[in-house]
This record gives sequence, C-alpha cells and structure tokens, in this order.
Amino acid sequence: MCLAVPAEVIEVLEGELATVDVGGARTKISLSLVEGVEVGDYVLVHAGFAIETIDEEEARKTIELLEELERLEGMR
Amino acid sequence: MKYLDEFRSPGVVKALAEKTKRLTGGHASYMEVCGTHTMAISRSGLRDLLAPEVELISGPGCPVCVTSDRDIDRAIAIASLPDVIMTTFGDMMKVPGSEGSLADAQSRGADVRVVYSPLDSLRVAAGTGCRVVFLGVGFETTAPTVAATILQAAAQNIENFYALSLHKLVPPALRALASQDDFRIDGFLLPGHVSAIIGSEVYNFLPEEFGIPCAIAGFEPADIMEAVYLLAAMEKPEVRTEYARAVRPGGNPKALEVMRRVFEPVDAEWRGLFTIPASGLALRPELSSMDAGTWEVELPEPKPRAACRCGDILLGRIKPLDCPLFAGACTPDQPVGPCMVSSEGTCASYYLYSGEAD
Repeated sequence: MCLAVPAEVIEVLEGELATVDVGGARTKISLSLVEGVEVGDYVLVHAGFAIETIDEEEARKTIELLEELERLEGMR
Repeated sequence: MKYLDEFRSPGVVKALAEKTKRLTGGHASYMEVCGTHTMAISRSGLRDLLAPEVELISGPGCPVCVTSDRDIDRAIAIASLPDVIMTTFGDMMKVPGSEGSLADAQSRGADVRVVYSPLDSLRVAAGTGCRVVFLGVGFETTAPTVAATILQAAAQNIENFYALSLHKLVPPALRALASQDDFRIDGFLLPGHVSAIIGSEVYNFLPEEFGIPCAIAGFEPADIMEAVYLLAAMEKPEVRTEYARAVRPGGNPKALEVMRRVFEPVDAEWRGLFTIPASGLALRPELSSMDAGTWEVELPEPKPRAACRCGDILLGRIKPLDCPLFAGACTPDQPVGPCMVSSEGTCASYYLYSGEAD
C-alpha cells in the first residue's frame, strides 16, 4: 500500500503534471504535492503523484556508508 | 533501476546482518509498522538472516488490514446504492465486512471499479451521470494524493464526485501501542514513505516519552538492514533516518498543507485492535458536500469474530503460526482476520513466504 517508486522527470507539463520514466516506462504523474521539481530530478511516485523529490547527495552518502560497512565487515 | 539497485547488494545485507547480530549481544526484537516493509522483509529473507539473535515483529502496518468491519459495511452500503459508482484501490476489494466484501457486492451488481490513482476517479466522474465515490484508504503516504484529488474536483466543479475517507495516521497508533502495559520491543522500524510526508521529527515522543529507539527505513533489503543495524548500534534512544534520500526532518510541507486543507483528525477504530484517538482522517466540515461519509445508509448488525487472534499479532504478542485459524480456516482466499486480508498483512505475508501457499 505504501509502495512508491523512483522515477526520473523527463518533461514538466502544464497544470502541475510531468512525464516521468519509471525503469524504462513513460507515464504521466501529478506534481501537485511537490515543489521546485525540474527535468532530470528523481521523484518518488505513489498512486499517480510525486510525493517527494529524491535527494541525490543523501542517496550518495547512504551508498558510501553501506559500502564502508561492508568493507569493514570483510576485514574481520 | 537507479535508486533501487544500489540498495540491493547481498554482500552489504549480509555484512550488516552479521554486525547487527554481534551488537545486540544476545537477543533483540524490533517491530516494523509498515506492510510494505513486512512484504520486503519476507521477500528478501531478512528475518532468517537475523534469526535467532534478532527478531523482526510485524505491527499494525497495513492500512487496508486495520479498516474496521463497520467501515467496510458502510463502503459496501454506499457502493450498493443504485446511482453510485465506487472507485478504490485494488487492495480493498477482498476485505471482509459483516456480510462479505466489496468484491462480493460487485458480484451482486454494485458498480465498484479499481483505480491506480485517485485522480482516475475524476475521469470516471466526467463520463457519467452517476455519483462517483472514491473510497480512500491508506496512511499518510496516500492521504495527500486523495486530498489533492478532492481539491482538484472542487476547483473544477465536478459535482458528482465524492469521497469516503477511511484514512489512518501512523503516529497516534504508535503512541497507542507504546502505551500498552505489556508492549515490549527494543525498537521501531519506521515507514519510509509515510515519513517522506510527515518527516522524522514527529516521532520524537517515542524515544523521549517511552524510551523506544526508532529508525526510519527505505524499502530495499540494504535499507531495511541498515536501519536494523542503526537500532542495534544506538547508544541512547533517538530517531535516526536511514532513508535520508527521501525523508526530511519536517517532511513534505506542501503535501502536509494539502492534507490539512482537506482532512481533520478523528477517532478511528483499528480492526483487530481498538479505537485510537485522533488516528483517522475525515473531510473537513467545509467540504461536507463532497463527503460520502455523511450519507445515511443502512448497516448490517456487526458480527464478532471468534478465535481470530489478529489483535495479539498486531501487538506483537504472538506470531501468525500461533493462531489456531492460520492457514486452516483463515487463508488469503478466505481471510477471517485483518492480518490475512491484504497481501501486505502479517499473516498473508507469512503464508506466502513460509511455504503454506504450496
């Protein structure tokens, strides 16, 4: 029920709409719940709406931390 | 896919599981309160990776499952009115009320249509003279999408669109759980997408008032495992955000504002549990002309559900396998209790991934 998928914004359309790419499939969603979304941003899509923008910097930090934790465990 | 594959590395998941098991130094039990987490945990086998040192318990995390008989009865009564088309999410179709489900009502002639987005209901409304009622169910992840649809219908003057809100709120339910005398867990694994809307700060009462550590998790295996690791590594109870790429401290202000313009909190009955104060969302009085919840309809007599132990499962007191009905009288095809109703229910997820389905 609370599933949301990451999608890349391909085109921002009139009326708070956007075309997004979800793993290769194009679909139209509503941007009425998010602010300042631009082409190339990744958003989380739930029930036809972008519910939040994905923070690229935070994603990178999480990935680095996960890799570091894996590396440390491998050294044990 | 970007932002999914990076969080699925089996090496990372295994390394984190080992680290977590060492950190807990014996035994720890953490409760997830999101059906989408329950499914992800079962699907990726995280429960087995962590056992026996770390136990993952499923709390009341599926908004479909916790919808009360009474609310389903009301939805069915409205859907059965002759000039009504009811639209809703597919998860709602099989949920049993006192006398069958929406799917049963559909087979008796009620016009019930499954939609992917609440916005689809507006297209249905535009093409009919009937009253179109969207049955809204879901936590804070979904409620803003329904609120935005209601505002759009109002702005476009779509006069035959109505909503029946059965939405529920997560923080009041967590408070109700934490307040139970015999509630013993070592931490909450908090829902990432609910938190993308409401933020991380709203959970501060859990460590501050109840001393319960919390970690907000994303939905890929490495996300969930990292959040479990954060719980085990926490020195003093606090709220940590593993899913920082989507969750800000204050949440999504625009979505929260849309929700506030449309809904107000009301007491709500949680199936299998009890009535929790200010844990549901009803349309604000100024939108009452669009509120199908105000319609007078005749409801059947409520029926008690003998032997169903869903309440104890939702509170983490017992496991699905401890319920006498599990996989016998209660299966995903013929669900008795809330936990078996939706594919994201605790029992349905156990049933699917424990071999019972074979």
